[in-house]
Formats: sequence, structure tokens, C-alpha cells
Amino acid sequence: MQYHCPDSFKDAVALAAEAQGVTRFLAGGTDVLVQLRSDIVTPDVLIDIKKIEGADEIRQDENGWTIGAAVCGARMNEHSALKAQWPGLVEAMDLIGSTQIQGRATLVGNLCNGSPAADSVPAMIAAGVRVTVVGPEGERQIAVEDIPTGPGKTSLKKGEIVSHVHIPTRRAGGGDAYLRFIPRTEMDIAVVGCGINLQLDGDVISDARICLGAVAPTAVLVADGASAIVGTSLDDGTMDALAAAASAACNPIDDKRGTIAFRTHVAGVLARRSARIAYDRARASQ
Amino acid sequence: MNMIHVTTTVNGDETEFLCDPRETLLDVLRDRLSLTGAKEGCGTGDCGACSVTVDGRLVCSCLMLGAEAEGKSIGTVEGIAEGDTLHPLQEKFIEYAALQCGICTPGILVATKALLEKHPDPTETQVRYWLAGNLCRCTGYDKIIRAVMDTAADLRKAS
Repeated sequence: MQYHCPDSFKDAVALAAEAQGVTRFLAGGTDVLVQLRSDIVTPDVLIDIKKIEGADEIRQDENGWTIGAAVCGARMNEHSALKAQWPGLVEAMDLIGSTQIQGRATLVGNLCNGSPAADSVPAMIAAGVRVTVVGPEGERQIAVEDIPTGPGKTSLKKGEIVSHVHIPTRRAGGGDAYLRFIPRTEMDIAVVGCGINLQLDGDVISDARICLGAVAPTAVLVADGASAIVGTSLDDGTMDALAAAASAACNPIDDKRGTIAFRTHVAGVLARRSARIAYDRARASQ
Repeated sequence: MNMIHVTTTVNGDETEFLCDPRETLLDVLRDRLSLTGAKEGCGTGDCGACSVTVDGRLVCSCLMLGAEAEGKSIGTVEGIAEGDTLHPLQEKFIEYAALQCGICTPGILVATKALLEKHPDPTETQVRYWLAGNLCRCTGYDKIIRAVMDTAADLRKAS
């Protein structure tokens, strides 16, 4: 195995584009090294991106937040301004693994590992997060939902890497939340995850995005759920319609973590609960 | 085999080693630097027996390559005591019998030392969540938690 430590994303892309055999980018390594050590994926070429300038930075400007591909979860959780604007997204990242894992695991790693149960992905999609993809043909920005294509699969082509995550600026009257169901209180993989981001105009929801994880081959945006709550203040009837839309969007598998019926039901429950939290946060930020 | 030359700091001492690119930091610590305090439990980041700090940040050394240690400052359980004087956490673990087989203990000591540096006055819930990635199959955790809470109280009194 060759180990490279390039100084720029351009060099990282050049190395990956020319590499022979299995290539992996290394940031936190909490998936890559597990796969390496379990003989699931043994890279021929490993490209460590942590020495690249800006890869470990959290920046804020008038367009919002830019988070480098090597920023670990603990850094996000310690960033009080980021957490104040996007509590749901930061909490989703913080749910992943132990304190030790948080010291290494990254948003981009969670996204590019391609797990349908990745906790940060529904929260990012709900938040309208975009990512910069650098590749042999240059740089482009795409929405997070355009990256995963199935379990363990992404739309990234040979030589392409996600360099940065772009989170919009939080406007007054907006709030987000992420909840997941696991059979215990810590250290487990989502059976269902639900991210919601909404914007209020007075007491009425003017815009909403809802995304479910672990109930389909990729995270799913629930457009019917969003339209069920836009124009409302989350009264009981609205909540029933939201839960029904969330359950209807599910296309889960039966496995040891949960049955199809259970996942479908819980998706509705989590949609109700996370909508309530996001709504209360949005009210508090007005 | 293409070996990588790495210069790093371990427990305050500048250290150099050669390693294979596939070797983890845990392999390097145990097999090349003879620091066998960090243990391999699961090897996949679930059990925390290999916990060390890297630039002050708690990580699993089984999920980090030796090559990634270049220019970093690594802290292991061997650096916790000062000479023959045990760290207050180590004293309390003995007093409370907060260990039985001892395999998880080095990782738990490194993890709790990092916790108390960040949160000198933790709640029991905070300690339990912080240590959720450190598995112990002997003690049932209660003695560990009590030892940590009591150490934290003593350190606050002393400071």
C-alpha cells in the first residue's frame, strides 16, 4: 500500500486520477481503517488529506459556513456559533460513535462512506447543504443528496473528492432537528433517522425540508411531508399528515435492527417529534 | 517494503520510528516503541482499550496509522504517572478497585484524564457518555464511575 500526504486538493486529485488499483482518501479513517483491518477493502493507494491547507478549517462568511473535509465531529460540537445556528446538524454528527470516534470522524467521511444509515446525511440534506467536489475536470458544487446512490455507493467518479461542505447561513425564524431511533442510548447504528429544517413566517411554517435515513437505499427527501406542514403551525391534523407522508416515503429492509413495519412506523413518529423540536427552535430564534 | 520514517512526540519525548504504511499507531506503540500500555481489544474502534491522545484529542490508536503521527504529540497511559508518583486517577482506581482484569484500564485512564482536563466538574451522566466508547467486561462500570467522580472532586479541592 502506498501512503501519500498531498499539500493541495489538486495534488490529491492528480494522485487519485493516476492511481492503479483500489484508492481511498483518508481523513478520520473511522471507516477506511476498519475496512482495511477487517480485510473488506485493502487500498493499494491511500491519500491522506489532513495536511492540505484549509481541510481542517471551519469558516463563516456572508454565504454561510464552510467546513473542510478533515474537520472532526468534536470540533463541530465545540464550535458554539455553528451549534447555535445548526443544532440539529451538529447533534446528528455528534451522535456518531464514541468520544474517541468523534475525535476523528468527519462529515465528508460519513457522506462518502455511503451508508444509508449515516446520521449526518439526513440532517445535511434537510439543511440544504452543498459540497464542493474537486476532480480531474475541475471543481463543482452539488447538493448532498446528489452524492449517495446506494449502500456503499456514491456518484463520485475516479479522482473526485469532496473537499468542503457548505452550510447556509441560518436566517431568523429558522430551526433544525435530527432524531434517530436505536435500541439503546448510545453507540449504535440508526434504525431510522429523521432530519428536519424549517423556516417560520410568524407562527406559520413558510418553508420546510424533511429527510429520512436508514429506511431506503439512500437518504430520502420527503417532499410530501414538507408540503403537509408548510402553511401550518403544526396542529394535530398536520402532524398526522406529516407522519403519514414520512411512513409512505419509506422503502426499508428487514434486518436484525428492525423490521419493515417497525421502521415504517418509527419514521412517522420521529418526523412528528423532530418537527416539534425544529419548530420550537425556529420560534426561539425569531 | 516501503517503510515510512516518522518523527513524533510521545509523552513529551521526541521519538522517531520506521513503519509499514499499513501499521496502526497502536501497532507502532506496542511493537516498535515498546509502550504496551495501550491494548488491542477489538481493533475496530468499538472498545476503547487502545485510547491515546493526539494533540490533546482522545482517539482510538487502532483507527489511526503510525504514519499519521508525523509531527503530532501522542499521549499514552505510560505518560500519566510522574516517575513513581501515580496520577490521582490511578490512585483512586486502586482505592475503589475500579478494575479486575485490567485490559480496559489504560484506555479508561487516558479517556478520563482527557475528560477531567476538559470538564473538571462533570456530572455522572457526562462521565458515562464520555466513557461510552470504553468497554469493561468485569466491573459493571459502577466502581469506575465512582472513582472518576471522586478524583474530580479531589482535583477541584486541590486547585
